[in-house]
Parts: sequence; structure tokens; C-alpha cells
Amino acid sequence: MKIHEYQAKEILRRYEVATPRGIPCFSVDEAVKAACELGGKVWVVKAQIHAGGRGKGGGVKVAKSAEEVREWAGKILGMMLKTHQTGPEGQKVRRLLIEEGADIKKELYVGMVVDRGTQRVALMASSEGGMDIEEVAAHAPEKIHKVFIDPGTGLKDAEADGIAAKIGISAASVPQARTILKGLYKAFDETDSSLAEINPLILAGDGKVVALDAKINFDDNAAFRHPEWQQLRDLDEEDPAEVEASKYDLNYIQLDGDIGCLVNGAGLAMATMDIIKLYGGAPANFLDVGGGATAEKVTEAFKIMLRIAHLKAILVNIFGGIMKCDVIAAGVVAAAKQVSLRVPLVVRLEGTNVDLGKKILAESGLPIISGNNMADAAQKVVAAAEGGSKPAKGKR
Amino acid sequence: MSILINKNTRVMTQGITGKTGQFHTRMGKDYANGRNCYVAGVNPKKPGESFEGIPIFATVKEAKEKTGATVSVIYVPPPFAAAAIDEAVEADLDLVICITEGIPVRDMIRTKYRMQGRRTKLVGPNCPGVITPDEIKIGIMPGHIHKKGRIGVVSRSGTLTYEAVGQLMELGLGQSSCVGTGGDPVNGLKHIDVLKMFNDDPETDAVIMVGEIGGSDEETAAYWVKANMKKPVVGFIAGVTAPPGKRMGHAGAIISGGKGTAQEKLAVMEECGIKVTKNPAEMGKLLKSVLK
Repeated sequence: MKIHEYQAKEILRRYEVATPRGIPCFSVDEAVKAACELGGKVWVVKAQIHAGGRGKGGGVKVAKSAEEVREWAGKILGMMLKTHQTGPEGQKVRRLLIEEGADIKKELYVGMVVDRGTQRVALMASSEGGMDIEEVAAHAPEKIHKVFIDPGTGLKDAEADGIAAKIGISAASVPQARTILKGLYKAFDETDSSLAEINPLILAGDGKVVALDAKINFDDNAAFRHPEWQQLRDLDEEDPAEVEASKYDLNYIQLDGDIGCLVNGAGLAMATMDIIKLYGGAPANFLDVGGGATAEKVTEAFKIMLRIAHLKAILVNIFGGIMKCDVIAAGVVAAAKQVSLRVPLVVRLEGTNVDLGKKILAESGLPIISGNNMADAAQKVVAAAEGGSKPAKGKR
Repeated sequence: MSILINKNTRVMTQGITGKTGQFHTRMGKDYANGRNCYVAGVNPKKPGESFEGIPIFATVKEAKEKTGATVSVIYVPPPFAAAAIDEAVEADLDLVICITEGIPVRDMIRTKYRMQGRRTKLVGPNCPGVITPDEIKIGIMPGHIHKKGRIGVVSRSGTLTYEAVGQLMELGLGQSSCVGTGGDPVNGLKHIDVLKMFNDDPETDAVIMVGEIGGSDEETAAYWVKANMKKPVVGFIAGVTAPPGKRMGHAGAIISGGKGTAQEKLAVMEECGIKVTKNPAEMGKLLKSVLK
């Protein structure tokens, strides 16, 4: 789960991470009022959307008067902010963060993620902070310093100091950096984060070390012990189809193709998307109905896929284990009767109770195209999406 | 022979009184030699009771002492599953297979930390389990799609493993053992560990390695194969079409910072002498093509 910058900063402040003072706002008037309240002569007007790259997209502006705050707030609020993480249509800005200006001497980077290799939390840091950290990671990986944190001890003082020195924090400011790095780890650990980033972490003109930006993602698996996450969730930032799917415990991700996929199991669902692409089609979504899908869940899954305006065909690919093929078949039939199935449907069933499942589909009288195996089903659905006029392009 | 488990394995179910634990313990008991293999269940609140003739004990330690079980399978719900693994490790079991999906990563980091220097092996969590066909099945895979043979299968995913097995069966190829290592970023055995076991197993002739985007387990395994593996390995990686930054169901299956892409993994595997296919419908055929 993702949260906004201002929410991440509120969390980090509780862990002694220094941040600029700031106030979240939902309107232009609130933004001007916030600037007055903060005082000073320079403010930063920051678009609050979940995607990164906001600065480059024009969502972060410096204002030197209340009028300028009003002007920028007016321009940014409601804009469709396009960044490399939003997709081509952009994300509508509905919230702002008004912050006091900062005197930036140097921009650094620090971040934490779970490292699969060491099975520990990795602290990553670089002297090359700011907007191009992804470039640094790709082209100058030697400039990213790492510490794999011992879960028994947490981040040690010596480790924090060592990293601080490596990214160019002067000796006088190292104790502040230590507090921030240790606070960041504590926050990461105690809030069940899957990602925590401060980019940039700045060295200010007066020697202060400050988190100028902050990003935290939570580990969805830990939601059961964090009821407070409900207040932090911003449904406007999530894909409506994905929100709808999550209500039915369906694992759904919207993509931009035109062939809907309904599959059981994440690995098989990814493989199904891959094989559609391989035969010249484009998947409209990733959908794992899981092991405990009911007829109701299958029906809801169909409804969600059928909301995609440009949908041209649907492929159901089930290898039944716990999931019985007859249950899926019954779900497909029920769904097809409830919703108007305006596109061709290809179904491939295999595994537990496969014969019973095929019988249910055959006896339903529905115009279902049967796939004999994964390749056959994929070729048929690609052909169906292309209008059935020409055979699917086979590539290996 | 086989790897990890066989007809002489004695297994206990942690979480035997839940719906999932009961269902799959029954399925395991009904499969091949399962009647003799499933000897105990654990539930601290219900010691002295039994499930379909299987005695329930308060602790893993007691279940091990009273029945000789050295392997456990875990169906405990996510909030308590890591602690269940800890208990099995404390009791010095040989192997723990954790099926539970949805354990917080933070819990698993701590559990893996506590496992350092201990003898217990872990498979999973968030995995289908392990099967040695016609001998024993521990996990949630459908037993009837398998048969005994000489092909090893290792995969992070459940249903994609069934798909690979289904394709082998179409070609008349049985399996020595099939291992699902699980979809979580912090877990037990990795591809490399399972490949080492298949390499040492005289009854495995070749291996299908099914991978997924995210992490570098497949690359690590591939380099080991190049230097050490005496048997042919073929591979497939799911997620060529997955967009970066999106979690594809498995917490581990995410491309981050441009790393862990399917293309990158496939390239390393090929470079290491592993034959790969980009077509998930051709895993079986590819395996057959490398058999002598």
C-alpha cells in the first residue's frame, strides 16, 4: 500500500527524522492560509500524488510571496500531473503540501527495502540524491552504498556513521544523520514498510540534515495489525478497477491491452499474459482469482473485465488444484447469464474435476470457445480478439 | 529415491484443526502412502483430541517425541505462522513446509534470522508444498496429476508447477519430486538449494526450473548450474509482460529499479547452458528435447 509524502513525513517525524515544517491542503485558500501560518519568505507548493517524479512533471514549485503560493496552488490543484510513474494520461492532483523553503547545499539519497539475497532490510545511500537517482542506480551502481541490517541489533551507530561519511556528510553533521538513519530503520521496521525513501535528504546551508521528501510503502501482508492504515489510504490514487477487485479479494492489475485474463495462481496468471503476447495479442489485465474462488467471485471478476471499453476477448485459464474446475465452470456460466457477454470467451480447464467442468460449459448453451491446452487457448483468444478473420501469428 | 520427502517420511500438521489444515491433511493421508506418513497434528488448545485417527499434541516437540515425526507442514493463519515455523525449528525438525500465504515480511526476516545455524530446512512460505509422486504428498497440489518418474520440478509458483507437470504427463514423463519454493521475497529453500539436491539424487535425470520476475534467485541458481550441475536443466520465467513496479500477486514478483526482469533472467540462464523457452506451453517439450 502506498501513502502520500505528507503522511510519510508525519510518520518519520515520530521517529526523530527532521523534516521541513509543512501543512497538507485541499484547496487554494487553504494553501494560502497554510503559507501565512508557516511564516517565512519562501514556500514550496508540492503536488501530493502517489507517483514519483513529481518535480520533473511540474508538480513542485517554489513561491516567494503569498500571491505566488495562490498562483501555483491554483495551477497545480486539479492538474493532470504526468510523470514516468503515472502513465500517459497522468494523475489528477487533489491534495497539496505547503512547506517552508529550504536552503539546499547538497542533495543526497537514502532508502530502505527488503533484500531477497541477504533476507534482511537493506539501507542504500548515495551522494547523488535528487531527481536522477534511478539513473545513478543503473549507470553508476558504485555510487550506491549499502548496509544489510542485522535484525537482532537494528542499525548500529557505526554503520549509520559510516554510511553518512561515505555520502559526503561532514563530521559535524554526522550525529544528525545517524539520528535520521536510525529513525528511518525504526520507522521501516515498526510500521511494516516494504519501502522507505528519503530523496533528497539534504544538507542545508547551516549544516542541518533534513528529509526534504519522503516515500513509504507498506507491506500489504501486515494490514491485519495496522488498522490505522485505513485512514491513510487514498482511494483516488488507486485504479478504480483494482479497488473494486480488492473488495472481492481478487488479485487484479489493470494493463493496457484488449484481452481479459481470468486465471488461478499468480505464476500461471503471469505466464498466461506472456503467452497471449507471444501469439501477438495484448493482455488487458492480470487477474489471479486465487485458490478459494466462488461463483460469486468469478462473476465479479467478469464484471470488472467487461467494464474495460476496448475489451475484445476474454481468456479463462484454470489449472485446478484446490480450485475445482466445476466450480469455475459454474461461475463462468452464472456470470455469462448475469452480465451481457459482449466479447468472445475462450475457456481452458485442466486439473481437478476437469470433465465435470467441461460438461457444465458444454451444456450451458453459451457460445464458449474451448481451448485444449494453454497454447491452443492463447492462439484462439488472440484470433478471436482480432475478429476471428485471420489466424493468430505463431512465434516462438 | 527422491528429494526432501519419501514414503518413509513421518509428518505432522501444524494447524490441523483449521478448515484448510483438515482438508489438506485428509488429501495427504489419502494419497499413496499418506496413511502411514501423516502421524500427528499440533494445536496447543486441543491436546489429546484427534483428527480422523491422527493424534493432536500441544507442541511440535511433544508430537516429535511421541510419534517420531521429523517433518511438519504449516497451515496456521498468517498472524501466527512465523511463530509456528519458529516452534518447528526450535524442536529441531528436519524440514518445515509452510503453505500459509500472507505472512508479513517483517516476521519472516526475524524467523530467518533465528534459523541461522539451525539444522531445520524450510520450504515456503506461500508455496504449494512438496510431492514425491506415488509415495507422499505434503501440500496443496492435486496429487492425481502426477506420477512417479525421473524429472525434477522446481518452481516459485503453484499452478504454474501444475502446468509444467501436466505438460510432462502429456509426454509420458513422470517426476522424481516437485518442489514449490514459494512466492515471498523472504523464504526458505531457493532454486539453487533444490537444484543441488536434484543433482545428487540418482533417480533424477533432468530438471525443469520455473522462475518468476523479481529478485535474483534464478540467476544465482543458473551460475551454480554452469559450474556444477551434471544433469540437463531447462527453464521458463513468468512475467515477460509484467510492468515495472507492479506487484503481480506474489510479493516477490515485482520488477524494481529495472532489476529482476524476465529478459535478464532468461539471458543469464541461457548463458549458463540452461535451455529456456519464452512459451509457457512448451516447458514439457523443451525438457523432453534435452533427455538422452
